[in-house]
Amino acid sequence: MTPTLQLFLIVSAALFSIGLLAALSRRHAIFILIGIELMLAAANLNFVAFWRFGPQPQPPTGVLVAIFSIAIAAAEAAVGLALVIAIYRHYRTTNVDKLDSLKG
Amino acid sequence: MAWLITTLIVVPILGALLASATRNYARGVALASNIITAIGAFLLWQSFDSTLPGLQLVERHGWIPAIGAEYLVGIDGLSLLLVILTSLVFPFALLAQSRPAGDRGFCALMLIMQAALYGTFTAQNFILWFLFYEMSLIPAFLLIKIWGGEKRDRAATKFFLYTFLGSVAMLLSFLGIYFAKGTFDFAGLANLAKNGDLLTGNVKWFAFAGIFLGLAVKVPLFPFHTWLPDAYETAPTGVSMVLTGTLSKMGVYGFVRLLLPLFPNEITTMAPWLLTLAVCSIVIAPLAAWAQSDLKRMVAYLSINHLGYCMLGLFAVTATAARPLVEMQAALSGVFMQIFNHGITAAALFYFVGLLEQRRGLRGIGDFGGLMQRTPLLCGWMSVAMFSSLGLPGLNGFVGEFLIFKGSFAMTASFTAAAVLGLLFTAVVFMRAMQSLFSGPLVETSIAFPDLRSNEKWVVIPVTLLMFAIGIVPQFLLNIFNSTVVQMTRLFA
Amino acid sequence: MSSWSVTNLWLIPAVPLVASFFILILANSRRRTAAALAILGQIAALALSITAFLPTLAAPGFRSVHNFTWFTFGDQALRLGWVLDPLAAAMMIMITLVGLCIFVFSVGYMAGDKNLTRFFAYLSFFSGAMLGVVIANSLLLLFFSWELVGLASYLLIGFWIDRPSAAAAAKKAFITTRIGDLGFFLGMLWLYHSSGTLLFYDQGRGCLENAGLLAIGASATFIALLIFCGAIGKSGQFPLHVWLPDAMEGPTPVSALIHAATMVAAGVFLVARVYPLFSLGAVNGVTPSLTVVVWVGVVTALMASLIALAQVDIKRILAYSTVSQLGLMMVSLGVGGVAAGIMHLIAHGFFKALLFLGAGSVIHGLHHEQDIRKMGGLRWTMPVTFLTYAIGMMNLSGVPFFFSGGWTKEEVLHATAHWPVSALPHYLMLAGVILTALYMTRQIIYVFFGSARSTDFESVRPREFHSGEAATTTENISVGRTGQRPVFRAHESPRVMTMPLVILALCSILFALVLTPAWPWLRAYLNGESTHVVFGSLIQPVILLSFVLVAAGIGFGWLTYRNAGETDPLARTQPGLFRFLENKMWFDEIYERTIIAFSRILSRLTDWLDRYFWDGLVRLFAGLGQAFGVLSKGFDDHGINAGVDETTSGTRGFGRLISAAHSGQIQTYLGAIAIGMLLLLVLYAWLG
Repeated sequence: MTPTLQLFLIVSAALFSIGLLAALSRRHAIFILIGIELMLAAANLNFVAFWRFGPQPQPPTGVLVAIFSIAIAAAEAAVGLALVIAIYRHYRTTNVDKLDSLKG
Repeated sequence: MAWLITTLIVVPILGALLASATRNYARGVALASNIITAIGAFLLWQSFDSTLPGLQLVERHGWIPAIGAEYLVGIDGLSLLLVILTSLVFPFALLAQSRPAGDRGFCALMLIMQAALYGTFTAQNFILWFLFYEMSLIPAFLLIKIWGGEKRDRAATKFFLYTFLGSVAMLLSFLGIYFAKGTFDFAGLANLAKNGDLLTGNVKWFAFAGIFLGLAVKVPLFPFHTWLPDAYETAPTGVSMVLTGTLSKMGVYGFVRLLLPLFPNEITTMAPWLLTLAVCSIVIAPLAAWAQSDLKRMVAYLSINHLGYCMLGLFAVTATAARPLVEMQAALSGVFMQIFNHGITAAALFYFVGLLEQRRGLRGIGDFGGLMQRTPLLCGWMSVAMFSSLGLPGLNGFVGEFLIFKGSFAMTASFTAAAVLGLLFTAVVFMRAMQSLFSGPLVETSIAFPDLRSNEKWVVIPVTLLMFAIGIVPQFLLNIFNSTVVQMTRLFA
Repeated sequence: MSSWSVTNLWLIPAVPLVASFFILILANSRRRTAAALAILGQIAALALSITAFLPTLAAPGFRSVHNFTWFTFGDQALRLGWVLDPLAAAMMIMITLVGLCIFVFSVGYMAGDKNLTRFFAYLSFFSGAMLGVVIANSLLLLFFSWELVGLASYLLIGFWIDRPSAAAAAKKAFITTRIGDLGFFLGMLWLYHSSGTLLFYDQGRGCLENAGLLAIGASATFIALLIFCGAIGKSGQFPLHVWLPDAMEGPTPVSALIHAATMVAAGVFLVARVYPLFSLGAVNGVTPSLTVVVWVGVVTALMASLIALAQVDIKRILAYSTVSQLGLMMVSLGVGGVAAGIMHLIAHGFFKALLFLGAGSVIHGLHHEQDIRKMGGLRWTMPVTFLTYAIGMMNLSGVPFFFSGGWTKEEVLHATAHWPVSALPHYLMLAGVILTALYMTRQIIYVFFGSARSTDFESVRPREFHSGEAATTTENISVGRTGQRPVFRAHESPRVMTMPLVILALCSILFALVLTPAWPWLRAYLNGESTHVVFGSLIQPVILLSFVLVAAGIGFGWLTYRNAGETDPLARTQPGLFRFLENKMWFDEIYERTIIAFSRILSRLTDWLDRYFWDGLVRLFAGLGQAFGVLSKGFDDHGINAGVDETTSGTRGFGRLISAAHSGQIQTYLGAIAIGMLLLLVLYAWLG
């Protein structure tokens, strides 16, 4: 079984879907965050896959972008976790169903 | 002395402000203001050179150049005559009016009306004229509405709306003229009309109709007169005097100043109809007066009759294409005389009716009887006013009526002959009034009547003397407007 | 001298007018002063009249005018003026003389009236106004004074203001004469228009002189007829005669003044004054306008003398006799006898004043009784009154030879005899002579002969008369008994009243001296001819004829009325005719039911039209405006406003709807994003 772009994309799509499902179905904010991380990982995988099977695979541009993205995701996770903690402190819950102050 | 006219307009306004500011001296302020304006009018008369035609003492300032409005005041003989009349009638009316509740407001409104009248009679630019013309309407409306008798709301509203409607029609006509010719200046418009290029076609007739309607309501000319008996009947004495003495003259003045110079040939074309209306005013009004039982209403109807003579003379001036100078001058002189005479006489009649009403509380013709036994002076002076009104020679009414009839007989003999009937009916009306008021046995309710009091005498005597003076030596009055008459008739010849 | 009296001719009317003014401002209690002022004024006017009269004797046809500008208007002047000519001078003398007698008489007659000062003021005013008519050299000035005469008559007829009947009579007089004046006014306008001047004489340019008459031309007939309307009104001619008998409501001196010297004379004088207008273009002395004058005069004269036959009021009989005599004068003027007409006017002035004052004396003596059927036998109790009254009656009846009235009537009859159009007026006037003699005989028998006819003293109570008068007269009344019949003992009037009677009686006799055919001085004077005495022409056959006629009238009257009781012999024999005449041929009733009723209806109608039709139109217009207002309010409320409301509420609902999407649930948003992306993907896949 040779690795093909299609295979990578299927894996990536599955990963994204799992992430999305987690983000939509879980009530706990941290799980949602994890779901989002999963979707981000799917996107990174896509970057790398399109680079590897693209017309110019020699320079490691795809890997670099993925590494950037992972770094930013880490920072974002840190901000997200900090927000979750702030919300918890304010509302005494992390259940997103209870957090509807965005309601218009 | 060009500031004199402006002074005349401004003084009553200042007086009005002052009168409304004081608590107890409103009447005094009003009278003082009237003394000043009377002196002003006298000075105006003195500085007016009656031998010169045309406008004198002109004062001119730019105002709103974009719409051709400017502050342009000046007098010719006719304006001066009316300014003098206004200066005479207003103090007379103020003295005649017993103090009503809210005297401050009353005096202030009267003074504002006076200022508006001075403005109307001296303005020589349409916008300015119209401004003053309308400005007089509001105090009149309020005076009737607030201090009137029974049915005052209805009468005041009718008076206001009816005359205002006419004014709107007139304004539209003048806007039409302005858009066509670009000027609001009376003299300029008259010159255009003389050369025959004022307006053409249907527009001309619309403009004519609009101005005619506005002025006919104001005069009023039959059949636009129905607001008048209601308004005069319900207005307080002083206001009735001013309404008939000066306000109704605005309409006649408008006819002389606007319609006659601007549309002489249109009047000629419409002459039979216009003359019919004038004759109807003359004949029908005293007939209606005959049927009235309210003295004020009766005098009001006779007012229509007397202004009808003015209209007859005016329309006769340009009734025919052939316009002999002699007859036009007679008719126009007569009209001017009649304007002044009617102002004096009708105001005096309202004054006497007011005196009777004051004493009796009622003013029905049947509420009195045998007054001559109780109040011979009152009856005597009142008879003088009545005889003056019915045109007895030796009193002021005759001279004007004679000149009007002389002029109009030459132009339109048949209409004049019909109009002569008015003289008869007027006599019938006054004879009936005198019979039931003065003669017969003294009715019980009149037994306690006081005769003329001394303050009342001081009002009556000067006016009556003036009536005699005009009736016997009318020259001094004719001198005021003679050159204006000559100039106007030259315009039409 | 002559020029002075012409330029200052205005003084003659001015003096009484000024006197009147001063009396008017006098206190009511200054009775003597008032009377003195009035009489002095009248004496001054008489003196001035005589000084003005003297120059006119200088040459036959004297005429002098003084014109001046009243006022200027436009480029022209309105000129007035006065004229001194025989016509004016003769009239002035008559008016002032008769006026003076009446004034003096009034002092006695009105002695008890509390408004004596006012009375004399009016009298003076009346006299002054009439003198103004006479001296006028301008139709306008004449009209001016003419109207003042009308005013004075109005004031005097209604002098007893507390009597409703007096007020009604005054009103009637003013309005009736004003109807005629309308014609006069129009005629004046027409004359002014066609001739360009109203001056009678103005150095050849006046409207009665050649140039003026030439300019008037054919319209002269109409102008003359219109002016004649004025004369009809003032002189009580048919059909405007109805005011004259009613004018008896005034005090008797007023009646005398109206009927003799002033008011009614004005009409005849007017026609004489503007005679050139009437006679313009005459053929044989006949013009259409003059013919109208003749027939109006004939109808008036006969009608009035017939009515006079059946009247029972002593003053009303005299009033109708005036109407009839005025008709006679009009006939005379119409047939060309201007001088005759004026002579009769002057003579009539004297004897009619005499008769009225005599009647006044009788009324004064009889407790203000005016019904002749209740009088009788007064010739012994009031001898002076009786004698003078008889002289007046002879004058009026036209008894020839000794009385001025007889001579002037001769002149008039003479003039009518030669009228080329028809002989009828002449014969009718002869019949009129008989009638006049008849009714005057009837009156004088009733009043002065026999014995008192009234059987019941209580019934002769004063009806309605002035309380002031009653006060003076009551004390003179007492009841005496001769036989079984109660009579009221009448008394002769005081000297202040009888003296004027005597003077007037003398005047009316002596006046005949200048009228006789032997020395027809007055005719010559008026016509501007010279004259001399010819005694031979004193007796003329026509005098015989009129002698017979007058004798027939008087004799028939004597026979008929000699034993007349309270019912009139005519009423017994011809009750229908008598009622017809007694009710004045029902003129008043006819006018009341036709013209007056018609005007009343017209006046009601105009009032109604004014209130409901013309004002109705205005209200309709206003109503239309109001209806439009209501309509537009409805449109606003239910149209525009509702639409806007609907839109806003719809918007709100929609907003509420979509605001539901903003649940605030972060996962919902995320889900929505996911669904959106999915849809985009599907769309992408679908579209390729």
